Amino acid sequence: MSTIYNIFVINKSGGLIYYKDFGSIAKLDTNDSLRLASVWHSLHAISSQLSPVTGCTGIELLEADTFDLHCFQTATGTKFFVTGETGAAGVDLLLKSIYELYSDYVLKNPFYEVEMPIRVELWDLNLATLIRQRERTSTGK
Amino acid sequence: MKAALRPGDAAFANVEKVNAELFTLTYGAVVRQLLTDHEDVDDVNKQLDSMGYNIGIRLIDEFLAKSNSAKCADFRETADVIAKVGFKMFLGVSPTVANWSPDGKECSLLMDDNPLVDFVELPDTCQGLSYCSILCGVLRGALEMISMRTEVRIVKDMLKGDDVYEIRMRLIETVPEELPYKDDE
Repeated sequence: MSTIYNIFVINKSGGLIYYKDFGSIAKLDTNDSLRLASVWHSLHAISSQLSPVTGCTGIELLEADTFDLHCFQTATGTKFFVTGETGAAGVDLLLKSIYELYSDYVLKNPFYEVEMPIRVELWDLNLATLIRQRERTSTGK
Repeated sequence: MKAALRPGDAAFANVEKVNAELFTLTYGAVVRQLLTDHEDVDDVNKQLDSMGYNIGIRLIDEFLAKSNSAKCADFRETADVIAKVGFKMFLGVSPTVANWSPDGKECSLLMDDNPLVDFVELPDTCQGLSYCSILCGVLRGALEMISMRTEVRIVKDMLKGDDVYEIRMRLIETVPEELPYKDDE
């Protein structure tokens, strides 16, 4: 069983450019994933404007009864977010690693157009490996 | 000073390396091909700059992902990070930042050692060629993605007899990070 349910990547204008689910829990169809991504993009934007803290960069963690949503927004405006088991640890590090994979395998692919949906095999493979490794180390303990 | 150098070294250790000669020669081959394709040296300069721009808009994410640098407070800090971390990470050299304009919006990156030009001599027919203008494009592209519009040009070129490479950067404006980014689309 996986502690990570879904991974989303949204470009700076709020469009979903990548979605993938892991394990059998919380599978979303295309419409639901698009809907969640746009809702999250807007919520994130609103939260950073409503926040009483100056220099707030938006919601980083949303805790629900049945899952946690961790979000990481890069300085270039791309957002990576994952949903996972409640209380799953080390997700912020996972998001950083996902960002590194994105910069290596997506952006360096000359046939990938920036801001467009990600259809890159190497990225898929490496992302799956990353998640597998994470599950192995977390269940090993 | 020492403390500021360390993140650059860490970032340098973090990225994959390629043989420096292979890199230099590949870049040489690219420039050579552009000269064949375009004939006019000014066109080649423009082409190199736009290639650099396209590299820069993608490279910035690798920089952010692997350098772990925090948000810069002002353009001075940005220039410092570019020189000490950015250049170190991707070219293995650290230029010095100098010649600040009084308003803090314009500065120079001075480089004694430039891996792009290790085997290069400009022939008489290409005296107008700005061999490294790809670097200007990279800087402009990368900074634009983190909401800084800049103008970058090479003012001193060792291939043209100057004693140092000088890349001049001018901050035109900082585009506020207002959301949504494109309201009318």
